[in-house]
Amino acid sequence: MTERISTDDVAHVARLARLELGPDELESFTSQLGAVLDHAADLDSLDLDGVEPTAHPLPLSNVLRPDEVGPTLDPDEVLAAAPAVEDGQFRVPPVLGEAP
Amino acid sequence: MSAVDLAASVRTGQRSARSVVEEYLEAIDAAEDRIHAFNLVMADEALEAADALDHRVASGEDPGPLAGVPVVAKDNLCTRGVPTTCGSLILQNWRPPYDATVVKRLSAAGAVLVGKTNMDEFAMGSSTENSAFGPTRNPLANDRVPGGSSGGSAAAVAAGFAPLALGSDTGGSIRQPAALCGVVGVKPTYGLVSRYGLVAFASSLDQVGPFATTVADAALLLEVVGGHDPMDSTSIPEPLPGLVGVLEDGVDGLRIGVIEELSGDGLDGIASDVQARVTAAAEALSAAGATVEPTSVPSTVYGLSAYYVIAPAEASSNLARYDGVRYGLRVDAPSTPEMNTATRTAGFGDEVKRRIMLGTYALSAGYYDAYYLKAQKVRTLIADDLRRAYQQFDLLVCPTAPTTAFPLGEKTADPMLMYLNDVCTIPSNLAGHPAMSVPFGTGDDGLPVGVQVLAPAMAEPTMFRAASVLEAAAVNGP
Repeated sequence: MTERISTDDVAHVARLARLELGPDELESFTSQLGAVLDHAADLDSLDLDGVEPTAHPLPLSNVLRPDEVGPTLDPDEVLAAAPAVEDGQFRVPPVLGEAP
Repeated sequence: MSAVDLAASVRTGQRSARSVVEEYLEAIDAAEDRIHAFNLVMADEALEAADALDHRVASGEDPGPLAGVPVVAKDNLCTRGVPTTCGSLILQNWRPPYDATVVKRLSAAGAVLVGKTNMDEFAMGSSTENSAFGPTRNPLANDRVPGGSSGGSAAAVAAGFAPLALGSDTGGSIRQPAALCGVVGVKPTYGLVSRYGLVAFASSLDQVGPFATTVADAALLLEVVGGHDPMDSTSIPEPLPGLVGVLEDGVDGLRIGVIEELSGDGLDGIASDVQARVTAAAEALSAAGATVEPTSVPSTVYGLSAYYVIAPAEASSNLARYDGVRYGLRVDAPSTPEMNTATRTAGFGDEVKRRIMLGTYALSAGYYDAYYLKAQKVRTLIADDLRRAYQQFDLLVCPTAPTTAFPLGEKTADPMLMYLNDVCTIPSNLAGHPAMSVPFGTGDDGLPVGVQVLAPAMAEPTMFRAASVLEAAAVNGP
């Protein structure tokens, strides 16, 4: 069993990612994530001093187009896919006040 | 019959699009229960589209280069008004309000969309066992996986459900299932094919590409769907290089390197029967006039570790959008934060949860430098190593997958074991380069082996020339 990541760490990232884990899941995910991080430790053997990070394979940045209005999505079609709608807007339960 | 021949017969009025589509729908009816390649078969829509095409041909129109050709699309490509599930409960009933650019281009070329294919949930997997709607089976051996994540697309083409399919490839998700199902599968240069309407997994790695039974059919489909799209800001603003026209050009005079680190001698996991086929492929290319020699691309072996940090990191960000607010599943709860958590907990499967948590961890304060930044630097090393190799070679060759198709259930309990499937395919995604898998004989179990041809960015024409040579040698050779 790896020491690389603890059940507390996994419980923390699960909260950050808005996922709820049962006790058994917490154990099995911790061990599985630990195995992946153990494998990733092979990168520690590389000399990466002075190597620039690559975020993206293409040298494109700030791709702009003329500021002209084109066709847009149909609002009714978009709202039809939503779980709850009211007055042309997405409806959600209370956001503030009783958050966990 | 090949897609090239089918389109020719429909364009010239020798065959009706309806008869073509009916023939493939019958093949689906006969075997889909056994294979489960589809999340949705669009029989009525396909027949309606075929009739419209026949009407156009009758009135003297040319519907295009894929006239009447049935095509299937992976279920992470948006189809307006038609369910697009990504193999996930969280999108089970989602009907997108728009078409992916590739879907539009298919229909503009006269192709007929006959179904949406099964996949590992959100394209995370190498066996299609991570679909919320049950696994797809390999048409060549029903107790084996078809590979993944585009397993449904690969299986559909291998089973004769459609001559062409679209998939997506983030770390090998087109090439590996193509290899395991014995069909051709292509991951194009990053930016060659529009990602508009491809549901995002890891945006700097995802690329849409074709499956086909022949190299020529794959070239035709890539010509149809590829090329600049203003709706995708990462789309390359250059003309698509011609592919169909170069297929007969051969490999005489090309320099081809066999990657030592990703071959049987350099990497433990490569099965000896797979390695034997790669060696035979190298000999076939050499016999056709190419200079073929082993070459070292040392950092490629680190691709797997870098990928399984970078892809989950991007996924954790991309999949934050599934919050139960605007589309997809919502599990009701008293507050929005509780609703977000309840929805995501019920809607995502285990592999997606693993990757989201892994990515969240790798990006979190205190671990960013140790994992994410380091992985991005390794991405640079791999791209640099490949660039150096391409100063000496036009193309590189290695296995597509370490083994032939493995039994269902064999690797589901051990995610790291499953991830090792992608060791040979990942470097091309990290570098943004094209690569394709070509069937080249069978392993000891009689199941197909795929040989992978890798090329530098935008060198698809050279890559397809070598693929054509391998295809001819595989048919005529040992």
